Amino acid sequence: MISASKAGIPKPGPLNGANSRIIRIEPSKGWVSLKLRELWEYRELMYFLTWRDLKVRYKQTFLGVLWAVIQPFFTMVVFSLFFGRLAKMPSDGIPYPIFAFSALVPWTFFTNGLTQASNSLVGSANLITKVYFPRLAIPIASVLVGTVDFVLAFAILLCMMLYYGIIPTVNIVWLPLFLVLVIFTSLGVSLWLSALNVQFRDVKYVIPFLTQFWLFATPIAYPSSLLHEPWRTLYGLNPMVGVVEGFRWAMLGAKTAPGPMMIVSASVASLVLASGAIYFRRMEKIFADIV
Amino acid sequence: MSGIAIRVDNIGKKYRIGHVEQNYRTLMETVKDSFYAPFKNLSNLFTGKRAPKSEHADEIWALKNVSFEVSPGEVMGIIGRNGAGKSTLLKILSRITEPTSGYGEIRGRVGSLLEVGTGFHAELTGRENIYLNGAILGMSRNDIRRQFDEMVSFAEVEKFIDTPVKRYSSGMYLRLAFAVAAHLEPEILIVDEVLAVGDARFQKKCLNKMEEVGHNGRTVLFVSHNMPAVTRLCNRAILLEGGNLKMDGPAHKAVGAYLNSDNNNSAVHEWFEPAKAPGNDIARLRAIRVRSSEGKIAEIVNITEPFAIEMEYDILQPGCLLMPWHHFFNEEGVRLFESHDTDETWQARERPAGRYVSTIWIYGNLLTEGIIYVSSGLTRLRPTKRMFHERYAISFQVVDQDNNSPTKGGWEGAMEGAVRPFFRWTTKLGQNTDMLAV
Repeated sequence: MISASKAGIPKPGPLNGANSRIIRIEPSKGWVSLKLRELWEYRELMYFLTWRDLKVRYKQTFLGVLWAVIQPFFTMVVFSLFFGRLAKMPSDGIPYPIFAFSALVPWTFFTNGLTQASNSLVGSANLITKVYFPRLAIPIASVLVGTVDFVLAFAILLCMMLYYGIIPTVNIVWLPLFLVLVIFTSLGVSLWLSALNVQFRDVKYVIPFLTQFWLFATPIAYPSSLLHEPWRTLYGLNPMVGVVEGFRWAMLGAKTAPGPMMIVSASVASLVLASGAIYFRRMEKIFADIV
Repeated sequence: MSGIAIRVDNIGKKYRIGHVEQNYRTLMETVKDSFYAPFKNLSNLFTGKRAPKSEHADEIWALKNVSFEVSPGEVMGIIGRNGAGKSTLLKILSRITEPTSGYGEIRGRVGSLLEVGTGFHAELTGRENIYLNGAILGMSRNDIRRQFDEMVSFAEVEKFIDTPVKRYSSGMYLRLAFAVAAHLEPEILIVDEVLAVGDARFQKKCLNKMEEVGHNGRTVLFVSHNMPAVTRLCNRAILLEGGNLKMDGPAHKAVGAYLNSDNNNSAVHEWFEPAKAPGNDIARLRAIRVRSSEGKIAEIVNITEPFAIEMEYDILQPGCLLMPWHHFFNEEGVRLFESHDTDETWQARERPAGRYVSTIWIYGNLLTEGIIYVSSGLTRLRPTKRMFHERYAISFQVVDQDNNSPTKGGWEGAMEGAVRPFFRWTTKLGQNTDMLAV
């Protein structure tokens, strides 16, 4: 009697409304839906997974959360010394340190997200083989963890802007767009790599190589204005080009207005995300069997 | 509510398994193989062969054509040997893995508990892990908050709730993990072997909680190797064998079928090589067996039936006074009783060399439900010396098959106690004046 009345009260939370639901279990064929609605229902789990990674991340470290800032900051110092001072790399009229750092902020978010998320499924093998939930929650949570580091690095960027006396222009209203773009790119690549990693552990060896290569293929140490059209637009095929240049433009008012290059980057990022999600969902059914 | 909670229709699951590797591989071979592997994989890639489908691949059906239906409120056991497909079935029903064929339908909120403490993180505190684990099992934050205190007191870890669980004892860890799981309130609960962990007191607590869940009218699927638990908790059970549904019926019948299904069981322990058998130059153990009253090897013993344990041993050196004995333990490791050979034939007589069989007859209505472990030994008297002592040499299960053994006196619930002997009772109407006079 008690349990009957309990079942009648709609419960808040991820399983709300599941009472009336009939779960069908059958082999999936052909195209599978992304089940985004279900993913949304499991948002609390995603929140807890993110929260767990955050909590655990800097446990038993000496410098703790400072690591979030140390990494991009010292990369910036090294870049400023070698590319800015010694190689006299042009920087679109912006002081070189802030030129480099403004790119390193989204870049660090991207690579950290990539590195964490690509290993996330394999690292959560115990969950995958024991509990049901939308698997997408795992890499998404891994990417989201990086937002905290991002915010900290962003605060440093603001301090540096203050130091160099750079006032953001009205372009800053576009910043959220570029944030979405970096999340799309990061998540898209992560979905591909994390799903591939379940089957081919080669991914583990590819990542360091990939991020290093990608770093130099992205205008972090140099401006994309070194290239002329149509090469510059073509350069946008690397979605991180759009992210980095867009970020600089929005924050520092660099000369590079978002043009065709940005559209190319945004399209590629969306394509990578969509294809990544589809590939992920297709592979999902065998995760538990082979992880 | 409609009449079916779970419907499984011809479900099958195929796994690809690679060819079994040779037992021993030298370092050189491993290096050589890993050197050739990329070339082999690449050529497979180009010829369109997929890596797992290489010529060594082999397919097995972990589950084949399994069909059954479960009504709401039913508590059903799933039994079978290791590799029979029990876990695969639960994984399919929990939607962790997909079936290869067939289909299933589940009506209601499902909570599956294939492991205790899934997703626990050693660095997090007890409090944090409760929230994390609860979320992983599908509870909402409000659900967890509401039941938080109850979980903590169930786990008996109040003092350590803000300590990282890596500092917990394994017992505390398990209690906390089970506490979260036990407060899951699904309509359908899927449980796998959860009770096989932890100490005996904890197992008992889990069993009681499970029983409570069953009585609350929830549908439960319960996989276990603990036959007494199955017969006690479930009214129905299915028996899987080699991925096929062998039997579907009342729990005690399925349990009976399971235990009679082969004789490679824990109720027999034989030593074929004398050199490796326990013992010394004077005597060596050859075998210990549990036999039912009909003389069959019995891994399961009905609580009402008498049964026997026989010890077979060789005496290699004549002229000793020897006393065989057994110690009986329950699941909690409590020594229930010891028994020494009471047969006077050899008690004061020096034994000639040869093969001996000593049998102890244990009457029915003495032991209680559960697993009984027997340690067996042989001791020489005058001067006293132990010839062999084989700890937990065999085990068997005592089961109340029909849940109506006379000792229960009509009671349908569980009975506590390390033993459950049958005593004579008399009940008369009116005062017993004789007694009062004394």
